[in-house]
Amino acid sequence: MSARVLRVEDLTVEFTAPGGPLRAVDEVSFELAEGEVLGLVGESGSGKTLTCRALIRLLPSRRARITRGVVRVDGLDLMTLPESAMQRVRGERIGMIFQNPMTHLDPIMTIGEQIGESLRFHKSITRRDAVAHAIELLRQVGIPDPALCSQSYPHSLSGGMRQRAMIAIALAGEPRILIADEPTTALDVTVQAQILRLLLDLRDRAGLSIILITHNLGVVAETCETVAVMYAGRIIERAAKRALLRRPLHPYSQGLIRSQPGAGPPLAELPSIPGQPPSLADLPQGCRFHPRCAYVIPRCREIRPPLADAGAGRRSACLRWQELACPS
Amino acid sequence: MTALLEVQDLTVHYPLPFGIGEIMTRSPRRVVQAVSGVNLRLERGETLGLVGESGCGKSSLGRAILRLTEAKSGRVLFDGTDVLALDKAGLFAFRKRAQMVFQEPHASLNPRLTVARTLAEVLRVHRVCPRAAIEARVPELLEAVGLSADLGARRPAALSGGQCQRVAIARALAMGPELLISDESVSALDVSIQAQILNLFMRLKREMDLTMMFISHDLSVVRHVCHRVAVMYLGRIVEHGPTEQIFRDPKHPYTQALLRAIPRMDPDAEPPAAAAASEPPSPVALSAGCVFHSRCPQAMDVCRGPPAPALRRSDQAEVACHLYPV
Amino acid sequence: MRTGERLAGGPSSLGLAARFDLGELPLPLLIGAGMVLFWSALALFADVIAPFDPNAADYNAALVPPNAAHWLGTDNFGRDVLSRVIHGTRVDLQMGIIGVLCPFVLGTVLGSIAGYFGGAIDTVLMRVVDVTIAFPFLVLMIAIITVLEPGLTSFYVAVTLVGWVSYARLVRAQTLVLKSSDFVLAARSLGYGHVRIMFRHILPNALIPSIVFSMSDVVLVILAGSAISYLGLGVQPPTAEWGVMIAEGQNFMTTAWWITTVPGLAIVFLALGFSFLADGLGEKLGVRE
Repeated sequence: MSARVLRVEDLTVEFTAPGGPLRAVDEVSFELAEGEVLGLVGESGSGKTLTCRALIRLLPSRRARITRGVVRVDGLDLMTLPESAMQRVRGERIGMIFQNPMTHLDPIMTIGEQIGESLRFHKSITRRDAVAHAIELLRQVGIPDPALCSQSYPHSLSGGMRQRAMIAIALAGEPRILIADEPTTALDVTVQAQILRLLLDLRDRAGLSIILITHNLGVVAETCETVAVMYAGRIIERAAKRALLRRPLHPYSQGLIRSQPGAGPPLAELPSIPGQPPSLADLPQGCRFHPRCAYVIPRCREIRPPLADAGAGRRSACLRWQELACPS
Repeated sequence: MTALLEVQDLTVHYPLPFGIGEIMTRSPRRVVQAVSGVNLRLERGETLGLVGESGCGKSSLGRAILRLTEAKSGRVLFDGTDVLALDKAGLFAFRKRAQMVFQEPHASLNPRLTVARTLAEVLRVHRVCPRAAIEARVPELLEAVGLSADLGARRPAALSGGQCQRVAIARALAMGPELLISDESVSALDVSIQAQILNLFMRLKREMDLTMMFISHDLSVVRHVCHRVAVMYLGRIVEHGPTEQIFRDPKHPYTQALLRAIPRMDPDAEPPAAAAASEPPSPVALSAGCVFHSRCPQAMDVCRGPPAPALRRSDQAEVACHLYPV
Repeated sequence: MRTGERLAGGPSSLGLAARFDLGELPLPLLIGAGMVLFWSALALFADVIAPFDPNAADYNAALVPPNAAHWLGTDNFGRDVLSRVIHGTRVDLQMGIIGVLCPFVLGTVLGSIAGYFGGAIDTVLMRVVDVTIAFPFLVLMIAIITVLEPGLTSFYVAVTLVGWVSYARLVRAQTLVLKSSDFVLAARSLGYGHVRIMFRHILPNALIPSIVFSMSDVVLVILAGSAISYLGLGVQPPTAEWGVMIAEGQNFMTTAWWITTVPGLAIVFLALGFSFLADGLGEKLGVRE
């Protein structure tokens, strides 16, 4: 069993609102082993992006607060560090790349300058060394002409190149953990495959551990080893990829997998999950999925199902997971 | 019987703004060659999928067909009449018969109007039913797309993405069109909602006997709902034919690369192999010859020079590739 | 942008305020509305509220500091300052509102036509805007009023000819953006004509920034009106108007400070009220944070 590089316990994020605090992330716990690729899956509103931003304490607005939780990296609890220490953690221990590279790259700085900025901040090297180092990083992320790219501005690069550039910037501080927030969603399918291949290569070469946030189960199937599925701010299932896709142990995961076109015969009606995800201001009691669930029983409305051990390293937050395991 | 829709040699160019250098040297205006000489046929009752990556021209093609964008040349024959030559009255009548649903759910609805008003406006402008009956008809429309009638009083901001798309569909179908074009209308939705909307499309198509064109970059969606598929690359159709044929036995190297790159939700899936190198060139200065030759692993000398390969039959599909005999 | 990328979900997911049909009014909006209502009430019921006739001169009681009989003192003609301020509200409020409404309408019409049709119309209009903006607005207004005869009507003409440009630019910018939005494209695909699209789809959305701006513009117009009246080119004495009052009380600043200070404070508080209203409205309509 590889060493554990990240451990999240009971992470909770709340938004202050006129009617009372809204829990957008509710006691989320998971671990990341060295060299592991963990897929964090969920639809919009599930809290997957917010969870990862809370990890590195980069919350989107002043109304969001982390009210609970422990995040352990290299023996440190990130929640207890002062902001100055967190600035070192971001980029040197945990890096992050985002969905739309164009909005996350500074339009008036060249790529080389942006990588250099990160290098000089995290590694205190000279400007000249930073230039050379930046070109080397760009080469490592598979850019064909690194020197030219280093002198280019973001707008003159294609989508795939920008994403590679963003990966280079994120890796400048040599973090061991990389959070990739839907890195390929805005890219064409052919470019998507290249970027995912790149992330896996980096994992192999540099021992990077990756949290891959995505809503695409195909991407999960091809790149992740373990998967955590989120719904309405909670992790409702966690398992190895193969096990989850073969036999999901939560009605939501099951519904998600079945509603993918391609799972069944063409032109037939797609099995779909009725209804829609709940509003944060109006969360259901007990299990948050129960209003849309085909397996609901009265107990589901009363108690909040814990993320229970479902054997073989799997976890499921469904009271009836055993019945899902052995369909009649 | 004539096809419901027949596109002949359609070309759409978008002019780029003049740069100082160009004005000085009196260079011809640069254009984005969004669609180049496309031919397409859509039979009644069929669902045709139009796939391709960003910049391939599929949205431009869809909009040019409905005359929402001006085409440079070509003809669009809808039920025998050339849409591009219609006068104002003819165009108004055409709009009743051919409609579109757009990609961004919230953006395609007027944020200041309630849902009921949006739908009522369509009914009123096109005189679908007598004025007095409009108020009763709106809830019927909402229910037909799976929404409860009381959502009529809400504005788009208070609706979810899936609900907005349903309203957009209701709006498009309010006057009973024969042709419905979906321009990436499920791409911005979550997977579970996407399934609901796809089911809705399929049900309404059956009930209203629609002919559909499904524009999407998501091949698995297209595979599920379409009878036939056309693959576009940089403004040209490179391959088209029956859905299963295209997916099981893709002929064009680009189609093959595209299918290989789709992430498969297979429990035993392996990480993606090194995929097609590089990225599509810019659609501004297209080279003569095959549009794909610069990235094609099987490119031959003949592919580089003009003319671009024409579509030719191969099995039940048509492919625009020199690899296959004319 | 996926709706989930903002806070933790789409609009209905949070169900929070800042939407037209639900919830909480922002505090600035309430304060501003309250203040404006207060001044409006003063203006409407001036005859009833004011203790004295604003033009009634009482030479025996000239330059009297605030006391029990005259709460805010009297001016050099013995007129009650409080009553004059209350009656002045009528004039200043009217100046502010009409002085904003006329440029608003003119600017909106021209700006939306320029934005929607583009081409030569747009180019010509934008050059006219550029020329107008190049002049300091007060100088231009004074020039216009001097040509016509000094008075309130001339003031309205001047402020319209000078003030329309801001609205034209705002509306034109919004129209340009909205013209290429999906719902306008949808309206075109539904066969709607230009007129319907312009009035029902574009303008209602394009006007929002202008409406918010107009609230702050009221402040500027009132100040301009007071300045013009102070210079003797607007409202003519003996009409009670705050700018006029300030001008009249200038000579007595050191001896009878209340004659200039009270109308000055009135201007400040009316302006503040509209300012809060602008902020609150902006917040409510989603224009400001």
